[in-house]
Amino acid sequence: MIKIEQVTKKFNAGTANEVVALKGVNLQINAGEYVVLIGTNGSGKSTLLNTIAGAEFVDSGKVSIDSTDVTKLPDYKRSRWLARVMQNPLAGTAPDLSILDNFRLAALRTKSKGLKIGTDAAFKSEVKERIAHLGMGLENKLEQNMGTLSGGQRQALTIVMSAMDDPKIILLDEPTAALDPQSAETVMQLVEQIRAEFGVTVILVTHNMRHAHKFGNRLVLMHKGNVQKDLNAAQKAALSVNDIFDWF
Amino acid sequence: MEFYLSALVLGLCLACMALGIFISMKIFNIPDITTDGSFTLGAVITAMLITHHQNVWIAIPAVLCSGALAGMITAWIHTKLRIDALLAGILNMTALYSINLVLLGRSNVPFIGVKTIFKWLSPVSSATSDMIPAFVIVAILIALLSYLFRTDFGIAVRATGNSPSMAKSLGINNDKMKVIGLGIANALTALSGYLVAQYQGFTDINMGIGIVITGLGTVLIGDTLIKWLKITSISKQLLMIPIGSIVFQMVLAVTLSMGVDPNLLKLVTALFVLAIVYIPNLKLKQK
Ligand SMILES: Nc1ncnc2c1ncn2[C@@H]1O[C@H](COP(=O)(O)OP(=O)(O)OP(=O)(O)O)[C@@H](O)[C@H]1O
Ligand SMILES: [Mg+2]
Repeated sequence: MIKIEQVTKKFNAGTANEVVALKGVNLQINAGEYVVLIGTNGSGKSTLLNTIAGAEFVDSGKVSIDSTDVTKLPDYKRSRWLARVMQNPLAGTAPDLSILDNFRLAALRTKSKGLKIGTDAAFKSEVKERIAHLGMGLENKLEQNMGTLSGGQRQALTIVMSAMDDPKIILLDEPTAALDPQSAETVMQLVEQIRAEFGVTVILVTHNMRHAHKFGNRLVLMHKGNVQKDLNAAQKAALSVNDIFDWF
Repeated sequence: MEFYLSALVLGLCLACMALGIFISMKIFNIPDITTDGSFTLGAVITAMLITHHQNVWIAIPAVLCSGALAGMITAWIHTKLRIDALLAGILNMTALYSINLVLLGRSNVPFIGVKTIFKWLSPVSSATSDMIPAFVIVAILIALLSYLFRTDFGIAVRATGNSPSMAKSLGINNDKMKVIGLGIANALTALSGYLVAQYQGFTDINMGIGIVITGLGTVLIGDTLIKWLKITSISKQLLMIPIGSIVFQMVLAVTLSMGVDPNLLKLVTALFVLAIVYIPNLKLKQK
């Protein structure tokens, strides 16, 4: 589904602040896998997701999605495969648009945005139903601006939004970092649901070792811009939370 | 009375430009000052067509296209050449001055014996004949724009300005949106030039100088109303812009009626806009 070959990425190349964020990463992710990506701060996890999503272009190497070489494809064109939930809960939603309008765009992620009003009664009730699953009481606030919600509420909605338009791959960058334990649990369950419903490929970056232990069927540890450990489902199942802690 | 009526009509004529500034500044978050150039461009195209016996209504699409082209060029310089939006606007505005002068042929063209839209209803100027055409055009614009911004495309446009990162991740080409957005904004500005030229009865090469400040002030008044009344619906937000424009022109009219030298008009305008920007700051500081 996703193939990363010899990918390198430098920031501030040629200056005193040069950082090599990715040092020839190789990673192949198959359809339906749920990859949990862990690693110390600055090890290159977000950068890796950004190169997959096209938010950053690689310096060298190749990125393919669904057997298509996307190395040079801009991010807005890669959205036909990818839905993203970013580390910053505010980056994935538009604060001055209503919740409904945010959902409308999410529902058109892979489609063209035409000159008709799509936020009709049918769409509204569909969104309402999906949001109600969250149990956060947000389903009656559809007309409210997204910016009036808390960061956690927005993050939870972003995840619901990612499932609005038949996602193939969902990239989640520390989606629960800004959430209280209850909401974090809700969000993780939501990811499970979306996986069950759509069979999507998921890459989850997390610093929560309990989540890293409990969720996913593959565990990848990044260190200083490279993949240090890569465990399959069976190897992962044999680990305890403490084993994972000991890697740090 | 005459005085205030004229401020009202001028307010309506300039409301189109203010709607353009609202789109570039508030919806796209781009400080676009192509305005001075595209406003005059609209007036110049108007003069070229209607002094050559073209129908005033036929001139509208031509004016809109000319303004749209100007705006798209600024957006193209900004997005493709990666030049700061402010600088891109200044460059284009400066270039447009020469283009306008070449197109117009001289610095001032009066509309003598021309049936302007303000003479459409009755050949003799009256309060209603002045007001109705401007009012109808602004009303149509508001209706069209409030429809547009509620469509799927319109939501995408607003997302581009509001959260570029989200827009991109949902498959929106932000650069393309900016080109379309500044195109629409400057088309509206040119339409304002079309109206003002006909209302004052001539096109002057310098009529656009500093007009962006008027637009800015108007949008700030409109925005204050929007915040004050906590308006979230885009249609109602758009409606606040003509109201802001009329208020702005009324304030200027009152100032002039108090005997301020008309040569100081631009100074008064600038000070007034400064006051609009500063007063809300003052309130915040006190809190
Ligand atoms: N836009 C940027 N400009 C300069 N340096 C950057 C940029 N983005 C990332 N880096 C650098 O690249 C390295 C990898 O960063 P990255 O954000 O991928 O780490 P991470 O694994 O996601 O860390 P965290 O767990 O803290 O989110 C870091 O050293 C970081 O400082
Ligand atoms: Mg990160």
